[in-house]
Amino acid sequence: MSETTLTGNRGLQQEEPLLFEQGHPGHSGVDLPEPEPVAERLGGVKRQRDIGLPGLSEPQVVRHYTRLSHMNYAIDSGFYPLGSCTMKYNPRLNEKMARLPGFADIHPFQPESTVQGALELVDLTARWLKTLTGFDGVAMSPAAGAHGELCGLMCIRAALEARGDARKTVLVPESAHGTNPASAHFCGYKVRSIPANARGRVDLEALKGALDDSVAALMLTNPNTCGLFEDEILEIAQAAHDAGALFYCDGANFNAIMGRVRPADLGIDCMHLNLHKTFSTPHGGGGPGSGPVVMTQELANHAPLPWVTEGADGFRLLEHAGDTGSDGAPLGRIKGFHGQVGVFVRALAYMMSLGRDGLEQAAEDAVLNANYLLEGLKDDLSPSYEGPCMHEVLFDDRFLKDTGLTTLDIAKGLLDEGFHPMTMYFPLVVHGAMLTEPTETETRETLDQFMETVKGLADRARAGETAALSEAPRLTPRRRLDETSAARNPVLRWTPPEDQA
Amino acid sequence: MRYLPQTDADRSAMLAAIGVDSVDELYRDVPRAARLTRPLDLPGHAGEVKVERDLQALAARNVPAGSVPCFLGAGAYRHHLPAALDHLIQRGEFLTAYTPYQPEVSQGTLQTLFEFQTQVALLTGMEVANASLYDAASACAEAALMAARLTRRNRIVVSGALHPQYRSVTETHAHYVDLTVEAGKPNPWQAEDLTGEPDKDTACVIVQYPDFFGRLDDFTALAEACHAAGALLVVAVPEPVALGAVQSPGDMGADIVVGEGQPLGNPLAFGGPGLGLFATRKKFVRQMPGRVPGQTVDEDGRRGYVLTLSTREQHIRREKATSNICTNSGLCALGFSIHVSLLGEAGLQRLAAINHARAVRTADALDGLEDVNVLNESFFNEFAVSLPRPAAEVVETLAGMDVLGGVPVSRFIRGDPQLDHVMLVAATETTTDDDLTALTVALKEAV
Repeated sequence: MSETTLTGNRGLQQEEPLLFEQGHPGHSGVDLPEPEPVAERLGGVKRQRDIGLPGLSEPQVVRHYTRLSHMNYAIDSGFYPLGSCTMKYNPRLNEKMARLPGFADIHPFQPESTVQGALELVDLTARWLKTLTGFDGVAMSPAAGAHGELCGLMCIRAALEARGDARKTVLVPESAHGTNPASAHFCGYKVRSIPANARGRVDLEALKGALDDSVAALMLTNPNTCGLFEDEILEIAQAAHDAGALFYCDGANFNAIMGRVRPADLGIDCMHLNLHKTFSTPHGGGGPGSGPVVMTQELANHAPLPWVTEGADGFRLLEHAGDTGSDGAPLGRIKGFHGQVGVFVRALAYMMSLGRDGLEQAAEDAVLNANYLLEGLKDDLSPSYEGPCMHEVLFDDRFLKDTGLTTLDIAKGLLDEGFHPMTMYFPLVVHGAMLTEPTETETRETLDQFMETVKGLADRARAGETAALSEAPRLTPRRRLDETSAARNPVLRWTPPEDQA
Repeated sequence: MRYLPQTDADRSAMLAAIGVDSVDELYRDVPRAARLTRPLDLPGHAGEVKVERDLQALAARNVPAGSVPCFLGAGAYRHHLPAALDHLIQRGEFLTAYTPYQPEVSQGTLQTLFEFQTQVALLTGMEVANASLYDAASACAEAALMAARLTRRNRIVVSGALHPQYRSVTETHAHYVDLTVEAGKPNPWQAEDLTGEPDKDTACVIVQYPDFFGRLDDFTALAEACHAAGALLVVAVPEPVALGAVQSPGDMGADIVVGEGQPLGNPLAFGGPGLGLFATRKKFVRQMPGRVPGQTVDEDGRRGYVLTLSTREQHIRREKATSNICTNSGLCALGFSIHVSLLGEAGLQRLAAINHARAVRTADALDGLEDVNVLNESFFNEFAVSLPRPAAEVVETLAGMDVLGGVPVSRFIRGDPQLDHVMLVAATETTTDDDLTALTVALKEAV
C-alpha cells in the first residue's frame, strides 16, 4: 500500500470490523418491554445457553452498515456495464410503492376478500407481461431467472408427458448461461450442447442434426449471450417443433426487444423474464429477484400453483389443483406463498411509468448505447462478432495478445478508474470474453468517458505499461483477494476467539 | 421520460457515429415477419402522480394486517421492523449493487453476508450457513436434494407436521429427479414418532420446529435414529424468532437446518419475497447449494471476503452443479442481519420471550371460550385450536368483523373433516391486549 495511516482508514474509506468484534453483551438497539410473567409452555426445549450474538446500540448498528455500504459499487454510484445483468437505474418510486401498507403489510393467508387489490396487482402485472411477450399464459411464482427456467422446463416436461411423448434431452447452446444446463439437470433431463457458428449464432445445421425424438426442448437465449439476435430463429423454432420438441427461451436479454418484438411471434413456447433486470427492480447485492414465465396455453395448463383468476365475485387465488378447472393440470408448487409480490409492485410501477412507448424507447436506447460502444471501441478492442449488436456487445482478448495481460487485468484497471467492469470470461465461446451491457439509463457523456478510459487502458497495455494493470486495483477498499486460499480453507463464518483452534 | 437520459440530439449524433440512419437498422437481424408493426395494447407513459394514484387505489383494496387485530402465521409472521432497518437497506450501495462478482468493490455486500451466515449458524446451532435461498419451502426442497446427493439414497421421509407448502415444493422437486417422498399424516391431536422411519434407503427425514401446528419437540432421539441408519435429519424452522427461546436444531443433532427468514427484518409483502435460510455441517459444505462468501486476504494482507466454493455452482459446473440457483435473496438477508444486529443477544431473547408470553395469553383466553379448544401442549408463538364450525367459515366471519383471526388448516389440507375445524392462531410482540379482546369477542360471536 502506498500510504498507510494509523487507523487503516483512508479518509472516507473507513475500515469496519465485524459485528461480532463490537458491542457488549446485554446491550441492544431495540427497546422492548419486560415480558409479562407467564408459565412457559415450551415443551421442555427451552434454550439453555446463549446464542452468541453481540449487543450493539442503534447508532453503532447504523454506522456499521453505513461504513460497509461505502465499500460497495452500485448503479447509484456509477456505470455498471455488467453483460447479461441489465444494471439499469432502479427508480425510487418503485420502492415507495412497494412500501404502501396495502402491499407491504398484507399477510399471504388473509381471506381473499381482504386482498382483492393484491390479487388484482398480480393479475395486472401478468397482463402487462403477457401483452409485451404475446403469450396466453404466465406462471408468476418463480423467484428468480433460474427458478423460472426450472419452472418452464417442468411445464414442458408435464406437457410432453400429457401428450404421451416423454423425452429425455434438452439441447443447450455452448454460449448459454450456466443456469440453463443446471436447470435442465434438476428437471431430470440430460443436457446436450450445440455449437455456435462463425457468426455467433446457433449453428442451424448442427441443431437440425441434434434434433431427434429424444429431445424434449431446445433452450436458447435470444438475444443471445454474444449480444446478437438469432436471425434464423424462425427456422430454429420450426426445426424444433418439426422434431416434436418445445422451444424454451431464456429471457434474460428481453431488454433489447421489449415493445418491438413479441417472443411468441418468434415461435417460442415458453420464456422467463427477469423482473430484476428488464423491469428495473433492484438486485440488492444478489436478490430478491422474480422470474415469471410466459408460455403458451398448452404449457400454462401445467403452471405451478397458485393461480390468480378473475371471476364474477372478484379475484380468486387458486391454491389447489382441484380448483383449476377442466384443463388445469398444475404440476404442483415450486415456492411457498404466492410469488414475489413485493417485486411485482416495483416492476408494475416501472411498466406503468414508462408505458408502451417508454418501454420501446428504453429498448431502443439500450441497443443504441451498445452499438455506440461497439462502434467507438471496435478499433481498440477486439469485437468478437460483426454488428449490429443488440443491447450488449461482446469483446474478446485478442487485443491483449503478446501484452502479457488478461481480461481480468483490464477489469481491475477499470475499478481504479471508477467503473464497474463488464462481465468477464462469459460467454465461454470466445477467449477472455468481455460482455458489455450499458443499458438505456446512461448518458452519452458517461459512455464517452467509459470508452476513453477503456481505450486508454488498451493503449497502456499495448505500450507495455503493464504494471498499472497487472497490479490494479490499487485504489479500491481492497486489492485483489486470494480466492484460491479462500476455497482451499473455507472460512465461512466468524468464530469466537476461544473456539479457534 | 424521466428514466431515460438520452436526448433526441444525443440519439441522432450517436446514430450518425454508428453510421446508420435510424434505430430500425440496428434491429435488422429481427426477421421481418416477427417485427411488431402496431403499438401494443398498453397505456402510454405516466408521471409519478398518476402511477402513485393508480397503485394507491389498488393498495387501498387490501386490508393491511397492521390496521386490524391480526393473528395470522402459518409460515409468515408480522413483527415490528425497527426504523433504522428500512433506512439502511434502502442505501443505494446495498440496494442497487449486483451479486458481488468484483470483490474489491463489493466488500460491503460480502462482509454483511459473511455476518449473516454467522448469525444464521449461531441461531440454528450449525457450523456453516449459505448466503440465502428463495424461501423456506424451496430451501426445504434443496435440503432433500442435498441429502440425496450426500447419501446416494432416494427416499425422503417427511413429517406430517411439516408445512404443507414446504412438503409440496419438496415433492415437486423430488418428482423431477426421481426421489420418493413419503409423508406422514397431519395430526394436531397426536404426537408423531418418526424414529422407526429411517432405513437403509432413507436419505433424510424432514421435520419442522416449531411444527406446522405450532408444537415443539425434542428431535435428539430422531437424530440418533437417522444417524444410526446413515440418514440425515433436516429441520425446517418457519419462525426464526423462536430460536431465541428454544434450543437450536443443531443442539439436537440436525444435519441440515432450513428456515424462513422473513419474520426477522422483512415485511409480510403478501408472502414474497421471502428469505430461505440454509445451514449445515462443515463437512457437507461442498454439497451445499447457493452462494457463500468466505474470508481471505488481499494482496496487502488485509482481511477481506470473496464468493467462494464456486466449483459447486452453475456458472462453473453447469449441469453438474449442486443447484441451479443464481440470484437469491441478498437484500432480504441484509434486512434479517440488520434486525438481528439491532436486537443482539439480549434483544432477541427478550423478543422471543415476549412473543411466547403473548401467545400464552392468547391461548389461555381462547381456551376459556366455550367450544374453542387449544390443541397444543407446547408452542412458541402459534398454536392450533379446534372450533365447532369449519374454520374457513369462522375466518370469513371474523374478517367481516375486521379481525384477522387465524389461518384455517383447510386452506392447505382438504378433505379431512376433523382438520376442517382446526385454525392456526399466532401472536407476536405486535399483539395488543385490545387485539386479544377483539379476537375473543368476535370469536364468541363467530362460533
